[in-house]
Amino acid sequence: MARAHSTRRKVVTTIAAWGVALTIFFPVLWMILTSFKTEASAVAMPPQFLSADWTLENYATVWARSDYPRFFWNSVVIAVGSTLLGLAVAIPAAWAMAFVPGRRTRDLLMWMLSTKMMPAVAVMIPLYLLFLRFGLLDTRIGLVLVLMLMNLPIIVWMLYTYFKEIPGEILEAARMDGASLWNEIVYVLTPMALPGIASTMLLNIILAWNEAFWTIVLTTTKAAPLSAFIASFSAPQGLFYAKLSAASAMAILPILIMGWFSQKQLVRGLTFGAVK
Amino acid sequence: MGKIELTRVRKAFGEVDVIPGIDLTIEDGEFVVFVGPSGCGKSTLLRLIAGLEDTTSGTITIDGRDATHLPPAKRGLAMVFQSYALYPHMTVRKNIAFPLKMAGMDRAEQDRRVERAARVLNLTDSLDRRPGQLSGGQRQRVAIGRAIVREPAAFLFDEPLSNLDAALRVGMRQEISELHQSLKTTMIYVTHDQVEAMTMADKIVVLNAGRIEQVGAPLELYNNPRNLFVAGFIGSPKMNFIEGPEAARHDAHTIGIRPEHIAVGDGPWEGVVGLSEHLGSDSFLKVAVEGIGTLTVRAVGEIGVHHGDRIRLAPSGKIHRFDANGLAL
Repeated sequence: MARAHSTRRKVVTTIAAWGVALTIFFPVLWMILTSFKTEASAVAMPPQFLSADWTLENYATVWARSDYPRFFWNSVVIAVGSTLLGLAVAIPAAWAMAFVPGRRTRDLLMWMLSTKMMPAVAVMIPLYLLFLRFGLLDTRIGLVLVLMLMNLPIIVWMLYTYFKEIPGEILEAARMDGASLWNEIVYVLTPMALPGIASTMLLNIILAWNEAFWTIVLTTTKAAPLSAFIASFSAPQGLFYAKLSAASAMAILPILIMGWFSQKQLVRGLTFGAVK
Repeated sequence: MGKIELTRVRKAFGEVDVIPGIDLTIEDGEFVVFVGPSGCGKSTLLRLIAGLEDTTSGTITIDGRDATHLPPAKRGLAMVFQSYALYPHMTVRKNIAFPLKMAGMDRAEQDRRVERAARVLNLTDSLDRRPGQLSGGQRQRVAIGRAIVREPAAFLFDEPLSNLDAALRVGMRQEISELHQSLKTTMIYVTHDQVEAMTMADKIVVLNAGRIEQVGAPLELYNNPRNLFVAGFIGSPKMNFIEGPEAARHDAHTIGIRPEHIAVGDGPWEGVVGLSEHLGSDSFLKVAVEGIGTLTVRAVGEIGVHHGDRIRLAPSGKIHRFDANGLAL
């Protein structure tokens, strides 16, 4: 009886999980399918799924019309650069907040998080003018700085949560054992928080890779990453869905592959501390 | 060498004086136990000696050298924590070798010292395991191993046995005592368990509300407590305190008599047995005595006394006398 009940429950849960997963994945799937259709089948009503004319032409056109490797390289530099710079700032900050908290640490953390509640467009003009003034428009270093600052609250919060899980006595033991602050961070804190640091890094790379507001506003050609590459295919003359889909697929493919290979690490990091 | 002197050491957290000012000398090679109830400041005092907390004022000298403002690593002390505080990502070998690595010792000497410590602590077979794969007792031994390889001036123990089960605790207590016998290094041990204090210490420091109530050898505290607090804290079960006419008869405000110093049989006090606990080796009775109150009595072996029995009691040992301020007369 109990066994039948538990099997039924398992079946229902599995169906529900697949349902949710497919719903989330459907737009991506549709985009990939569309990228292999002709422009005519891409906009056909009712939507064609099996009867479409399949083609690789869109990819060839997109590749020929634009400098994909340059966009790709800009994306890599901006995403990885902003993440590494963010970690360099956030690890000491999170260490201080977790292990030597002051009376206002909690407020400081909340304030940092609250900056994420502000719409980006609210600071667009001042930031644009600053970039103009300091010659940072359409530069990779400018975007690295902006994306680092945009994602810093999330990196600090995530690392702070992981560091809080590490018992303070272990760091005190390291201090008693003669470890300097540097050795304490290198030999004890970082290895213990490594799953957390790795998942923070991966999540931040994904966020930076997919960022589309600042990358489009602050770049034109030289520093434009893949988000700008996609945007360049939504032409004012009319939408070319199939080519747009091919460009999008080419833009997300690298990060999708990275996410696929690191999903174990991501899940482990995101549930760190939740399961003891 | 490991002589530690505290002079007017004070610690305040904000407005709160946790330790209002302590003077204490710990001689080289002594096993000193800080004992007191929760929140009495014993762990804070140990952390001040370790350098994990800064003193608000006063000085700490270690072997004649002012260590008040030295960082923990420069004080030449090793500490064993309540939670063991092992590095979970390192093997036992690396845990024990960590302080040596930090000191920049060469690998051959590191290995030699780790092997020796492992032999002493019976950890040779576990050297390549991680702390997560060890039992509580083994983890505690690794923590001790990490402390002894440094050959420190003194060992600091912060309630090291409180996470172990009762049987293991007795075993580890003996091991630590034997370690002290063989190393002859100064040890400072913090506990709230007065049995640990009595069995291990050369000298006990009884603390209450950040103040030292009394310092002395275990039996000195047992036989001659300086005040009511020490009298009540040292000894298990707790000393009986009697006030009123019975105390006045002894020319005191309060008299104290230990449960083991009351004999069942003939005597001046008569009462009814409430709770009676028979452990085989001992029997503990709670007896409601008219005009005095409830007395705890400890009798050796099995005695045929049960709940509701009417019995007579007589003092058979020292009666401690205290004045109105709680000080011994």
